[in-house]
Amino acid sequence: MTDRRQMSHLLRRLTFGPTAAEVDAAVRAGFDATLASLLRPAAAVTGPDLGADPVTELAAGATREQRQQARKQQRDQVAVAVRWWMARLAEGGAAEKLTFFWHGHWATSVRKVRSAQLMLGQLATVRRYGAGDTGPLVRAMLRDPALIIWLDGQKNTRKAPNENLAREVMELFTLGLGAYSEADVKAAARVLTGWQVDRATGTARLMPKRHDDQPVTLLGRTTTFDIDSYADALVQHPAHVPFLAGRLWARYASDTAPVPSSVAAAGRNTTTLIEAMSRAPEFTATAGTLVKQPVEWLLGATRQLGVRIGDLETAQQQRLVGTLRALGQVPLSPPSVGGWPAGTAWLTTASTLTRLKAGRQLAALAPAATDRLTGADRVDALAEMLIVDAWTDRTRKALSGVEDPRRLLALGLASPEYAVH
Amino acid sequence: MDAITRRKFLVTSGVTGAAALAAGATAFGLRDILATAGERDPGAKTLVLVTLYGGNDGLNTLIPYGDPAYAAARPGMTYEPEALLPLDDGFALNPGLPGLHKLYHAGGLAVVRGVGYPKPNRSHFQSMDIWQSAQPDRPGTTGWLGRWLDTAGGDPRLAVSFEPVLPPLLAGATSAGATVPGGTLSLPGGVDPAVVAGLGTAAPGESPAQARAATCFADLMRIQDLMKEIREGAPDDDTDDGEAPATATGGAAPPLDRQLALVARSIEAGAATRVYSVSMGGFDLHADGKEAQQAQLERLDKPLAAFAERMAGQGVVVAVYSEFGRRVHANASDGTDHGTASDVLLLGDGVHGGLHGEAPSLTDLDDGDLKYTVDFRDVYAALLADVLGADPQRTLDGWKGRLTGVLT
Repeated sequence: MTDRRQMSHLLRRLTFGPTAAEVDAAVRAGFDATLASLLRPAAAVTGPDLGADPVTELAAGATREQRQQARKQQRDQVAVAVRWWMARLAEGGAAEKLTFFWHGHWATSVRKVRSAQLMLGQLATVRRYGAGDTGPLVRAMLRDPALIIWLDGQKNTRKAPNENLAREVMELFTLGLGAYSEADVKAAARVLTGWQVDRATGTARLMPKRHDDQPVTLLGRTTTFDIDSYADALVQHPAHVPFLAGRLWARYASDTAPVPSSVAAAGRNTTTLIEAMSRAPEFTATAGTLVKQPVEWLLGATRQLGVRIGDLETAQQQRLVGTLRALGQVPLSPPSVGGWPAGTAWLTTASTLTRLKAGRQLAALAPAATDRLTGADRVDALAEMLIVDAWTDRTRKALSGVEDPRRLLALGLASPEYAVH
Repeated sequence: MDAITRRKFLVTSGVTGAAALAAGATAFGLRDILATAGERDPGAKTLVLVTLYGGNDGLNTLIPYGDPAYAAARPGMTYEPEALLPLDDGFALNPGLPGLHKLYHAGGLAVVRGVGYPKPNRSHFQSMDIWQSAQPDRPGTTGWLGRWLDTAGGDPRLAVSFEPVLPPLLAGATSAGATVPGGTLSLPGGVDPAVVAGLGTAAPGESPAQARAATCFADLMRIQDLMKEIREGAPDDDTDDGEAPATATGGAAPPLDRQLALVARSIEAGAATRVYSVSMGGFDLHADGKEAQQAQLERLDKPLAAFAERMAGQGVVVAVYSEFGRRVHANASDGTDHGTASDVLLLGDGVHGGLHGEAPSLTDLDDGDLKYTVDFRDVYAALLADVLGADPQRTLDGWKGRLTGVLT
C-alpha cells in the first residue's frame, strides 16, 4: 500500500471524512507524527447554551397545559443539541469521533432520558474520561444521570432491586456475555441500589436509606462493594480488555475480521488500544471493507465538500438531521441499548435511495466543490475530493457519461466505493 | 467472543444477519409477492408470526388473578378484579386486550401458558436468538423458519417480512426469506436509471461490503417501479421519533397495523407466501410497567383482532411470542425485571380456543422466576406440522415433542 493510501485509510477510520489537504499534510508528516497528532487528547468543548431543563422548573401544581408546554420546550432543546453535536462531530477530529464511539457503546437514548442537558452531560463525561484508563470512565459512567435514567437505576432500591443497569453494564458495556452469571447480575443490582438522579441539578447521589450495604458475592469475591469497587472489579476482570478491544476493532477496523492479539495486549487505556490497532498490519488490510455508518458518511461528505455545518441555516441543518433519520442514525437516539447496527445492515435499497437524494442536497450546498468537477478529468477529481482510493471500472464507466457536476457529485457520494471505507 | 457477541445481538436487534445476506436475502416489491398468486395449493395454510421485542410481561397479559400469590407478588401492579377481562379458572386478560377477549369467548384464541426453554437466558439479545433459532443450547446463525424454507424449496417469496430488514428467524442455511420494505422507493428526479443500473453491476475484486452496496443499486432498479403499489403500507417516517418509556432493545419496524395490512392484502390476493413475520418493540418495562404495558397491549390488540376478523376462513394462523416474560415479583419501580417462561398466543382458523399448557406455579419458583411447563419447540412443532404441513424434526434438530390439542 502506498503512503498516500495508508494515510487516507488511517484518517478515514480515525476521523470523519478527511479532506485531500489533510491527507497531503499527513503524507508530508509521516505515519508516526500523524498518529501522534490524532491521538492527542480532546480540547475542552463548550456546549450550546440551552438554559435550564423546563420540566425541572415546573411548579408542583403545574397545569396540564404548562406541562405540555415544558415538554415541547424540552424537545426543542434536544433538537438544538443534536444539531450542535452534528456540527461539533464534524469539527472535532479523532477526539470527537472517539466521543461518538463511546456514545454508541454506552448507548443511551434521549427518547427515554428526554433531557438534552443530561445527554450533553454524558457526552462531556466520555470526553473527559474516554481517552484514558477505563477505570475512571466506568466509575464516572455508573454515576452518569442519563445512563441511570435510561436503565432505570434511579428506581433501583434495597427493597426491590431493579436489574436493568447492572445487567447491561456487564453484558454490553464492560465484559460481554459469558463473563458473569445471573447471580452476579442480582448482586450487582444490589450494589447499585440507592443511586438517585436529581433532575433539577443534573447529578446523581447515593441515598443511604435506599441503598443495600450488605456484603454480596460478585464476580468471585464476597465483600461489601460500593459503586467504585464494583467499577474496579469490572475493569480488572480478565474479560474486560478483550471485550473493549473487540468493540473498538469492530467500529474502527472490521466487523468481520478477528481482532489481532496485539490490540488487547496494549492494555486498559483506550488511546493505547487505538494506537495498537492503528499500527497492526491487520488494520491496514481492512481498507475498503468496512461499511460507513450514516453519521460517518454524511459528516465526512460535508467536510470533503467544504460545507461547514455550523455555518448552515437552521432549516438546512434540519434537513441533514432528516437524512440521518432516514438512514437510521440520529445522534442521541440509538435504537437499542445494544447500540447502532454495523456492517452490511446499513446497506439497503432504502438507504441507497436516501444517499442518492441526500447527495443531491449536499451537492447543492457546495458550489466550490462542484466547480472543481467540470474538466475532462472530473471523475478522477471526484475520487480525489472524496478520498476514494480508486473507482472500479464499473463505477468509472457509470460516472463518465455524467457531465453535470452536481449530478456527478451526488452519484459519487451515493456510489458503492463511497459507501465503504 | 466479542465480535461474535456483537454480531449476534445486532442480528437480533432487528438487523439482517450475515447468513441471510450470504444466502442472498434481498428486497422484493409487493408485486413480486402478489405475482405468485395461483402457485399455491388452495388448501395450504398460512402462518403469521408476531414477535414482541423487549420481553412482554406474561403475568400481566394473562393474569392469574384467582391466585392470591399473584397480588402478593405484585403490589402496585395489579388490577381491580372488575377492571379485568375474565376468561376461565381464575385467569383474565389485561384490560388492554378487549379484542382478543372477544375472540377468546368466540373460541378463536388459545393461550399456551408456561412456554419456555431449559436454562433460561435473561439477556434480551441471547434469548431472542434462542427463540428465533430454536436452538437453546447454542443458538446458530439460522432461524427455525429459515430452515423450514430450506426444506420447502428455498423460494424467498414463501417467507416474507415487512420489517425494514430480514429478521434472523427467516434466515436459512441455503436460502432466506424476502423483505418487502414499506414506503415508496422511486428514484429522485434527474437520476438516470441507466447510471443507477451501471452502479449495480458487480465489479471483480471488490470487498464483500462494497459488493453489497452495489447490489443495492441493482435491487433498487428491480423494485423501484413496483413500490408505488404499496401505498397501503407507506410510513410517514419523516417526522420525529417521539418518546418511549422503555429501554429500547430492537424491533424497529413500521407500526403493527401497517405490517398486518400488507399481510392481509397479500393473503387476499392469493400470494404463494406461507409464512409472514411481523414485529413490535417496546416491551422492556423495568419501571412503571403497568400503564405502559397496557398501552402496548392496546397497540397489539386492535390490529390483531381486526386482522383475525378479516382473515377468518382463509386458513390463517397467528402466533404471538416474546423472548421472555418478566420476574414474578415486581421491583420497587413498579416494573419487572427480565424473567423466563411466558404465554404464547395462537389465533385463527383451526385453533382450539381456551387455556392450554399448565400454568406455572407462582410460589414454586426457579430463583424468583417461573418454571416453564411447555418447551417452546413443542409449539413450533405444532405450527410446522399443522400449519405448514412440514416434518418438525427436520427443522428443529430432531426435536420430538409437539403441543397437541391446540391446532387442527
